[in-house]
Amino acid sequence: MGNPNVGKSVIFSRLTGVRVISSNYPGTTVGYTRGFMNIEGQVAEVIDVPGTYTLEPTCEAEKVAARMLEDGDVVINVLDATNLERNLYLTIQLLEKNVPLILALNLWDDTKHRGIEIDVEKLSTLLGVPVIPTSALTGQGIKDLVRAIPHAVATDNRVKTLDERWAIVGNIIRQVQQIRHRHHTWYERLEDASVKPVYGGFIAITVLALSFIVIRFIGEGLITYLFDPIFEKLWTPVLMKLSVFMGGSGFLHDVVVGKLIAGQIHFVESFGLLSSGFYVPIAMVLPYIISFYLVLGLLEDVGYLPRLAILLDTTLHRIGLHGYAIVPTLLGFGCNVPAVLATRVLESKRERFIAATLISIAIPCASAQAMIFGLVGKAGGHYVVVVYGTLFLVWVILGTILHRILKGLSPELLIEIPPYRVPPVRPLLEKLWMRTQHFLREALPIILAAVLVINILFIIGVFDYIANFSAPVVTGILGLPKESVTAIVIGFLRKDAALGMLALSPLTAKQMVIGSVVLTMFFPCIATFVVLLRELGLKDFLKSASIMLLSALVVGGILNAVM
Amino acid sequence: MVKPLNELRVDESGVVCAIRGGEGLLNRLGALGIIPGKRIIKRSAMFMRGPVTVQVNRSQVALGFGMAAKILVEVDRTE
Repeated sequence: MGNPNVGKSVIFSRLTGVRVISSNYPGTTVGYTRGFMNIEGQVAEVIDVPGTYTLEPTCEAEKVAARMLEDGDVVINVLDATNLERNLYLTIQLLEKNVPLILALNLWDDTKHRGIEIDVEKLSTLLGVPVIPTSALTGQGIKDLVRAIPHAVATDNRVKTLDERWAIVGNIIRQVQQIRHRHHTWYERLEDASVKPVYGGFIAITVLALSFIVIRFIGEGLITYLFDPIFEKLWTPVLMKLSVFMGGSGFLHDVVVGKLIAGQIHFVESFGLLSSGFYVPIAMVLPYIISFYLVLGLLEDVGYLPRLAILLDTTLHRIGLHGYAIVPTLLGFGCNVPAVLATRVLESKRERFIAATLISIAIPCASAQAMIFGLVGKAGGHYVVVVYGTLFLVWVILGTILHRILKGLSPELLIEIPPYRVPPVRPLLEKLWMRTQHFLREALPIILAAVLVINILFIIGVFDYIANFSAPVVTGILGLPKESVTAIVIGFLRKDAALGMLALSPLTAKQMVIGSVVLTMFFPCIATFVVLLRELGLKDFLKSASIMLLSALVVGGILNAVM
Repeated sequence: MVKPLNELRVDESGVVCAIRGGEGLLNRLGALGIIPGKRIIKRSAMFMRGPVTVQVNRSQVALGFGMAAKILVEVDRTE
């Protein structure tokens, strides 16, 4: 346990070998992860918990931490050695709980160039528990920590008041810590600049624009120079041979290889298991997953996100959120599932509801975005702008409406801003790899299954039935061909497969835009759905789902009318 | 001179002398080290009653305008 952003997850990874995502901002971990380690030949369970400043929780993530405390036999309290004073407050509270405690003084390597000297032995004597300096990123001190775990002790302490705790902390700090004064480094100046209104705004625009350009550049680069050539040069000949072997048409042929379009395999429109089933997730979506998470990972590890939260605080208050809601929102551009989970860092239920609903409706995940770029982009870049512009407007307008009609106040921002850190390369790449793997594991089987099911349903004619049934809404209000309803149904499974489906029927650019917007808004994919239900509870979930349906229809209808 | 934190100029420093708020606010601020008697430096402030950034202990904390207004600071005298 420990304060947010002190490296608990990195220590956990080091102890158990279980990889967890870590970043440089408070609130990366919002649930708990279990892992196992070996202590003197015995297997012990280790639990990574969200960070907290106090045992009197103020948000859902901190509640998880406070609850987990009751399960622990030994608590490893991880502290940021460069910020000992504030970290010790929680330590004092932990001591009061009378559980065996051991301290890991993490970020130890940072203390030297920050001019901080800490007398570890004296600290240990004063607190009455073992204290081990560690640098989790490099692995320094981890062995000592493992060896010291059996020596964790509980000191009998009575519960104190806030002032008493701080008095004790102050007393300890005076005895063990010395700080040499030194000059500001250049990135400390940058830290200051990025939270000043004018410079900060300028930096934010630059950072976001650059991120967008880099994501596009890497994503398109990967598609054009790596994945497309692989599929066209290597995979097409194999598929064509298979197609000839299977007779060029027929049920099995169409399911496995896909329909031939003008005698050729078309990787989007053929819609066979081995053509579109692989091409869509791997060559259209995966490149954007990689480039998005690379850039997001960099922003996370540098420590920029909390600063963005400060800059956007005033704006976000207008839609009933505070600045920190930007962190889950940005995560949503990758995948809505972790984004909805990340709303746990927000304090009130109302805020979580607004944030989660807005993310599910107006934030297209990387899968959806890749398909929007791939399909709508073909009709012209300005149509992509229309899609994004519409979604942004929906985000603002819907947020404002929710803020007005939902009772309650939006709480104020209160966050710690981490120092900028040079992102460590290996963990950054590991994080990217974990997220990519996660996408492949989740997306590939579902997309393949979806392609299979769609083909079968097509052939037995179920979709015709649904299409005719829903034609008044789909054609009447949204102006889409009635076949598009199949895509909307599939959108419930996965957005990428759905947008691929949409491209099967010949659509005008306008219909493509409406289709993309409606598919993004109307329902999130099934995975997000489940998480929403769990996080919001049934009642709020139903409320949120009705808002989605209603707003998708309204916005789709408006687009159809004005475009 | 005593001023609420939101009225401090950027880079002005002082000592927190009181927090006008309930126990909840006291606890949340207290956990981050903002307690009476603590030295505090204002680092920045956003436009339009936006959040205020302060340095306390060795960390930077951003807090909403309304919260800042509840923190009274005995401002250091500057020459």
